[in-house]
Amino acid sequence: MSALAAIPTTHDEDWRYADAAVLATLTPDKLANWKTVDIAPGKTQRHTMVVGSAAPELHRIRIQVAEGARAEMFVVNNGAAYTRVEVEVRLAKGAHFEFGGVTIGGGDATREFVTRVDHAEPEATSSQIIRSVHWGQAIGNFLGRIEVARDAQKTDAEQNFRAILLEKGASANTKPELEIFADDVKCAHGAAIGQLDQQAAFYMAARGLPPEVARKLLVQAFVADAFTAMGEDGESARLLDTALATLGEAAL
Amino acid sequence: MLKIENLHATVADKPILKGLSLTIKAGQIHAIMGPNGAGKSTLSYVLGGRPGYEVTQGSVTFDGQDLLALDPHERAAAGLFLGFQYPVEIPGVSNVQFLREAANSQRKQRGEAELSGGDFLKLAKEKAGLLRMDMEMLKRNVNVGFSGGEKKRAEMVQMGILDPKLAILDETDSGLDIDALRIVGDGINAIMRKPDKAVLLITHYQRLLDYVKPDVVHVLADGRIVKSGGPELALELEREGYEAVVA
Ligand SMILES: Nc1ncnc2c1ncn2[C@@H]1O[C@H](COP(=O)(O)OP(=O)(O)OP(=O)(O)O)[C@@H](O)[C@H]1O
Ligand SMILES: [Mg+2]
Repeated sequence: MSALAAIPTTHDEDWRYADAAVLATLTPDKLANWKTVDIAPGKTQRHTMVVGSAAPELHRIRIQVAEGARAEMFVVNNGAAYTRVEVEVRLAKGAHFEFGGVTIGGGDATREFVTRVDHAEPEATSSQIIRSVHWGQAIGNFLGRIEVARDAQKTDAEQNFRAILLEKGASANTKPELEIFADDVKCAHGAAIGQLDQQAAFYMAARGLPPEVARKLLVQAFVADAFTAMGEDGESARLLDTALATLGEAAL
Repeated sequence: MLKIENLHATVADKPILKGLSLTIKAGQIHAIMGPNGAGKSTLSYVLGGRPGYEVTQGSVTFDGQDLLALDPHERAAAGLFLGFQYPVEIPGVSNVQFLREAANSQRKQRGEAELSGGDFLKLAKEKAGLLRMDMEMLKRNVNVGFSGGEKKRAEMVQMGILDPKLAILDETDSGLDIDALRIVGDGINAIMRKPDKAVLLITHYQRLLDYVKPDVVHVLADGRIVKSGGPELALELEREGYEAVVA
């Protein structure tokens, strides 16, 4: 492929829900800007990120997880413009990939996670939990591809995407893609797109909680799933607070 | 304390309450009985302000205020408590967090000082103790995984913490075992039997009324109060059934 052919359009699978106007402004150097991470055998590395600003952002990360190593990534994606986080992971024997992602925001921005997890060797596991909360005309996406190589037996891969749309104009998209060439494999995918639980909202109101407080508690409970794997440390609280602060900007 | 006059309400455009009138004075306990589908829960939801329950006619005055003009959370802050027939589960939100936010939201709306974490826990412990509920239960998520009876008991702990003026308790007795029924009955008396408070008990059975003696018993049928009387009316209903008594 030539460098020019590499500029994606929304016809490309991995970019199908992307903001077409922003794609037109991408340049080969931006696309080539991959951050690479290598995790040595048996080691654990955690990356936490808060991404997004007033301008479009593209974050591309490639992680090689060696035998028995563990990669953890937790991301809040709350930009005011198109913000895309793309993660490519290669798992060696018995390695693990843990991903927790939250897209949250209003306006008309598209915020998305695109992951490709290559279970290249046996006994590797991966768990991805994505939560999206949107209002206005905003869009939240998760494209998760899982590849399981021919001899990657005892692979255990899990993806879970759930979105809450606080207003009618907001939307969410997800598309799992599984390419499985081994036979002794567990792959689970769950997805649900819905509204805030109206019964719970009334129950909370009946106990005296104003709508904005009830909404905050319900959204907090919802997005917290993405950070459960972090355990109860200050870092997960910080990510949660960052996500919830975005909600505070919502004029609902 | 509560004055309902000629209340008409619809759910999904279907008339359910059809001219219901009821007055409850401070210090009183009223019971409402009535056949399934008569509109008892609908009445409680209409008073609580649940979306989808539309008042088409009539008025409700609570403590001198137009209740129907208030939002649901404002009604709670004004002192109205709804004990749900089916308490709602809220995954990911603990009872402690929920109730502390609720108590303090109400206080804030009333212009009162908020409770500190320590004061709240002390209050929660006291009320949980009153209902013989383990504090460990309050650390769990709201109603998630609670048995039917535990949910009802938790509702009463909530009531104790929030200390309302008027409690409308929709079948709080259903799902309770024999001992729990007595504990909940005692709890209702301890929390609500005061000169400046009132209770509206919605129930199908006399057994709760053995513990929480009503001053007035009403029969609600087809969206209206069709008969009112003293505590003996509940016994009569239990003996003879609605058809015989109401006819
Ligand atoms: N969303 C709805 N759409 C249509 N009808 C409804 C709806 N909600 C309630 N109803 C109807 O309203 C009527 C009154 O229901 P309600 O729950 O108030 O009865 P109830 O007196 O509490 O009965 P129970 O003793 O069984 O608890 C019932 O006929 C019920 O089917
Ligand atoms: Mg009912």
